[in-house]
Amino acid sequence: MRRGWFIPIVAALGFSFLYAPIISLVVFSFNENRLVTVWSGFSLKWYGELFSDPQMLGAAWLSLQIAAISASIALVLGTLAAIALVRFRRFRGRTLFSGMVSAPLVMPDVITGLSLLLLFVAMESVLGWPQGRGMLTIVIAHSTFCTAYVCVVVQSRLSDFDRSLEEAAMDLGASPLRTFFDITLPIIAPALVSGWLLGFTLSLDDLVIASFVSGPGSSTLPMVIFSKVRLGVSPDVNALATIIIGIVSLGVLTATIIQLRNRPRSSRA
Amino acid sequence: MAKKPQLAIDTRPWRDPANNKPFVRIRNVTKKFGDVAAVNDVSLDIYRSELFCLLGGSGSGKSTLLRMLAGFETPTSGTIEIDGQDMTDVAPYNRPVNMMFQSYALFPHMTVEQNVAYGLKRDHLPRAEIAARVSELLTLVKLQDYGKRKPHQLSGGQRQRVALARALAKRPKLLLLDEPLGALDKKLREETQFELVKIQEQLGVTFIVVTHDQEEAMTLATRIGVMNQGEIAMIGEPADIYEFPNSRFVAGFIGSVNMVEGIVTEDEPDHIRIRSGELGCDIYVGHGVDCAPDQLLWWAIRPEKMHLSRERPEVGHDANVTSGVVEEIAYLGDISVYQIALDSGKRIRVSQTNASRGNPDAITWEERVFVTWGDSSGSVLTS
Repeated sequence: MRRGWFIPIVAALGFSFLYAPIISLVVFSFNENRLVTVWSGFSLKWYGELFSDPQMLGAAWLSLQIAAISASIALVLGTLAAIALVRFRRFRGRTLFSGMVSAPLVMPDVITGLSLLLLFVAMESVLGWPQGRGMLTIVIAHSTFCTAYVCVVVQSRLSDFDRSLEEAAMDLGASPLRTFFDITLPIIAPALVSGWLLGFTLSLDDLVIASFVSGPGSSTLPMVIFSKVRLGVSPDVNALATIIIGIVSLGVLTATIIQLRNRPRSSRA
Repeated sequence: MAKKPQLAIDTRPWRDPANNKPFVRIRNVTKKFGDVAAVNDVSLDIYRSELFCLLGGSGSGKSTLLRMLAGFETPTSGTIEIDGQDMTDVAPYNRPVNMMFQSYALFPHMTVEQNVAYGLKRDHLPRAEIAARVSELLTLVKLQDYGKRKPHQLSGGQRQRVALARALAKRPKLLLLDEPLGALDKKLREETQFELVKIQEQLGVTFIVVTHDQEEAMTLATRIGVMNQGEIAMIGEPADIYEFPNSRFVAGFIGSVNMVEGIVTEDEPDHIRIRSGELGCDIYVGHGVDCAPDQLLWWAIRPEKMHLSRERPEVGHDANVTSGVVEEIAYLGDISVYQIALDSGKRIRVSQTNASRGNPDAITWEERVFVTWGDSSGSVLTS
């Protein structure tokens, strides 16, 4: 019976360590007081203030656009890379390619950001493109590191893919392209969805790389929040953070549900 | 080799190759993976409506040969002809051949009906015709009430039947089956074997089955091709393979066998005599064999072709009888298998039918017994 107490207590401690800061942030976003640490009553006024702040809303919209575009580009590139790595088992430079694809996972953001900045500056002076820095450069930068994440997710799904399914489709008269769209794509779809969502979240979340490669007038949401907080924590940032947490949780939940719904189907069949 | 009566030649085209055109011709096919030859110079003729079994252990090249017929592998050299057309370099989706996969390879995101209809949709048949054909096939495999289910909602045996229906949907001229019953348990496998033969006879489709299970091959096949290390060791009807193996490998691979070494002492057109130190007696073979005096060769005999007795039996030619001590008895119900230690130390197995119930006079452990066999019960093997 003593053991019955021990585990819940440890679990509670662990979870509070992880989630207490987030919960306090959510709670204080409904605080009426201007001082973040003093509770003086329930209010939604910071949400109202947030939605009447054009700078915040503009940054949020920009971030969402960048996240969606980068995740989509990364989805296509990462899937292609994963297919190459899993399907063409042995080709010249495979190890190098495999290492290069996953390098952005471990590369410090500062270095990625700095090197991309230097590249964009050099390209602009030599090629004249991309002109200046802004949304385009952020999208390019985010696509590169999101590609690595998508590739890893899709690769793991593809490597336990039963090749005889594709052979069966071809045997029944489907061309290789047809087979890819009829068989391969539907079966790896859950991995594609979670890869896209992962890329979307990472892009939405990124501060360091975006700071390096963004230009005037293209501040993403994390950049705006960070600059605001440096001038002192204001409660409308809490409100914004609460909304972001809501969106991210929803995304993760959706991805998990999709994965769970598909797992028994593929592993048992 | 003893003369066999030639009956029912019309249903066995392989016995008269001069007047019958083979349906599948495999000519000198070799497949190399790197330096390793998985299939080595295989030539094989298979006739229309045959149920041909490729039998071999793992790594014998049987699956590679099947995959070359399906088009998933291209031969390094040699040609494959199906129904008179060269198929060596034709892509799998352009061949009049369908395959049933060992893993069944049912599409997990489609229902049973969609799985069966997939090949028909690729042929752009009218919708009504597809629906009719699908229900006809599901009736054939007795799954008419399961059309709306997904593969993961079916049992192993049901999945196997969906895979069969899907492979038959396009009415292929040739159906390839890779270990079709491998994933089923023993009881279900025995039932399904007969069902498979029934469907094959009903539709008249040519089947090529790959299996490692000799019992399965014997039950299903019109002919068996035994494969060993990428080569065909023997092609023949099940009874030929069992009763008249052409090599020590085939004799040992199918069923159980007693094999001894011996030296030819008499080589006449109508009989030969072999002296075997291992057996402790002479072997008199009642037919001519292509061999030379003093040649070293092997003689193989199945356990059920030998007879046990307590008294020394009357035998002619002063041969074909030896004696030993019963060492082990395995009672299997229908038969008992006796392991006899001969005086040379060689152990042989003899099986006897348990014809009477609870025989108190049966031969038992530690008894000295005589073992005899007929003039043509064993096979003389020179390789």
